[in-house]
Amino acid sequence: MAHGLTASVKDDFPLLAQGPGRRKLVYLDSAASSQKPQAVLDAMANYYETSHANVHRGVYRLAEEATAAFEGGRAKVARFIGAPSSTEVVFTKNATEAINLVAHSYGRHCLPAGKAILLTEMEHHANLVPWLMLREETGVELRYLPVAADGTLILDDLDRLLDGVGLVSVTAMSNVLGTLNPIRLLADAAHAVGAIILVDGSQYVPHLPTDVGQLGCDLLAFTGHKMCGPTGIGVLWGKEELLDSMPAFLGGGEMINDVRLDGWTPNVLPWKFEAGTPPIAEAVGLGAAVDYLTGLGMDAVRRHEVELTTYALARLGERHGDDLRIFGPADPEGRGGVLSFAYNDIHPHDLSQVLDETGVCIRAGHHCAKPLMRRMGVNATARASFYVYNDESDVDALSEALLSASKFFS
Amino acid sequence: MSLEDLYREIILDHYRNPRNRGDLPSPPALRVEGFNPLCGDEVVLYVDMAGADDNLADDGGADRVADIKISGQGCSISQSSASMMSAAVKGRTAAEARDLIRAFKAMMSIHEHRLDGEGREVVEAVAPNPDIKLGDLEALRGVVKFPVRIKCATLSWNTLVQALDEARSTQPPSVATEAEGA
Repeated sequence: MAHGLTASVKDDFPLLAQGPGRRKLVYLDSAASSQKPQAVLDAMANYYETSHANVHRGVYRLAEEATAAFEGGRAKVARFIGAPSSTEVVFTKNATEAINLVAHSYGRHCLPAGKAILLTEMEHHANLVPWLMLREETGVELRYLPVAADGTLILDDLDRLLDGVGLVSVTAMSNVLGTLNPIRLLADAAHAVGAIILVDGSQYVPHLPTDVGQLGCDLLAFTGHKMCGPTGIGVLWGKEELLDSMPAFLGGGEMINDVRLDGWTPNVLPWKFEAGTPPIAEAVGLGAAVDYLTGLGMDAVRRHEVELTTYALARLGERHGDDLRIFGPADPEGRGGVLSFAYNDIHPHDLSQVLDETGVCIRAGHHCAKPLMRRMGVNATARASFYVYNDESDVDALSEALLSASKFFS
Repeated sequence: MSLEDLYREIILDHYRNPRNRGDLPSPPALRVEGFNPLCGDEVVLYVDMAGADDNLADDGGADRVADIKISGQGCSISQSSASMMSAAVKGRTAAEARDLIRAFKAMMSIHEHRLDGEGREVVEAVAPNPDIKLGDLEALRGVVKFPVRIKCATLSWNTLVQALDEARSTQPPSVATEAEGA
């Protein structure tokens, strides 16, 4: 089978290395968090061993080196998503904080009075709860694009739902169904009614070539640890003019221009939104992750995952037939490498527990998307998700492990 | 540790053939829901405290689990634990049920937070009544070796605590009913 990637990719990830005394690991939970290549671990260790100081503070050489490494990470991220300028890349703790930043700043201060917010039924809690909290505070109306049985958005009522909307916030790819949503179409429709659009790119940016210009969105949130980078760092990208118009979120050091006892003025972008000492080593690590993914080529990453998803859908389908029910779009081109499924009547928790005996790591639960679970009529699903280091052998291991689970509970 | 430590035969039996499955008319039965936010499991307990209408509180009659039914959905551990619990507490007094709950939580290595005499927080293992026999529930002891699953096993028990607390706070029910009707 032709691959977008070579088989040696797995060797780049020390945690996945096979060897004497090591338990065989079939890691199929990258939608929750990806593993890290050696290059990222080395970059972070090297930073701490040679260049660490606080950033944007000292005038000594070490502090300059640290600042250069930190801002270098930002520049790499900007290039990775096709941002016109590094000043549009704000570092946050994770995608959740990036969305909360928008809800607090834009939601409370910029959203025109009386305008509604349009979300979808397939959002992660990170793109639901901040808006529900905003509604409790301001009474803003929340609307939802419904999800069809095949896991795609129902757009028939889009025009009606958009009437009176000031902000659209939608995931580019569902963390449960794998559905790739039509972001360009939604962005154009939002702009046509004068609304802005925030895209949750947590599952999209790590897996598909991303160009914010082509996506057409105004704001993009994503997280480092799902794209080979470290935990503790996320990104909010936004159009400069929009970010400039938004008031600061958290207050503290770094985010100010001047402070007096009776007031303060904000720093310029992107530091206006970065209060306190930022995740410096994490920015270095994320920069290295972006270099690593760019080295593989994001087109190749996407091709690899389409091929692997195609193989998985076919292989699991023919091996397990009606015992296995996979949620989400059937066409691998219309989805990412995230397979949520139900297997016989075995509860996903029990399934995950039994699969773990053979080193197969899958996620079980509601995947932080309880409204979508209710929409699908289930309490929980099992979920296998792929990344650059997975191959057919992982799918085969999953398939075999399902059979042994079936025997165990029959 | 092996899977057989977790999935003992008696557990799988209760999972496949859950006891006291169903519901009770509420009111008069108490209906209490429990959720495990980690996995989405939910349990609904229907608890009928005996003697509620007969004003038998003096001899403990109003304080007895006359009937209990369970609905909801979850994994084999949460469902079998709920099933075994229902069998174990049915017919027991509230005090006996609370003793059983403590003994079960102790087996699950649950620790509780309390303040000592000087206001400092103390964390210590739940101390069970040594006279309590867990019987079939002993089969769930293996869950302790799988820490993530302890919440599955204790879900229905925590929900029962809620039900017993509610039953206590609403007594005497006849008075409460009259007050509501007024």
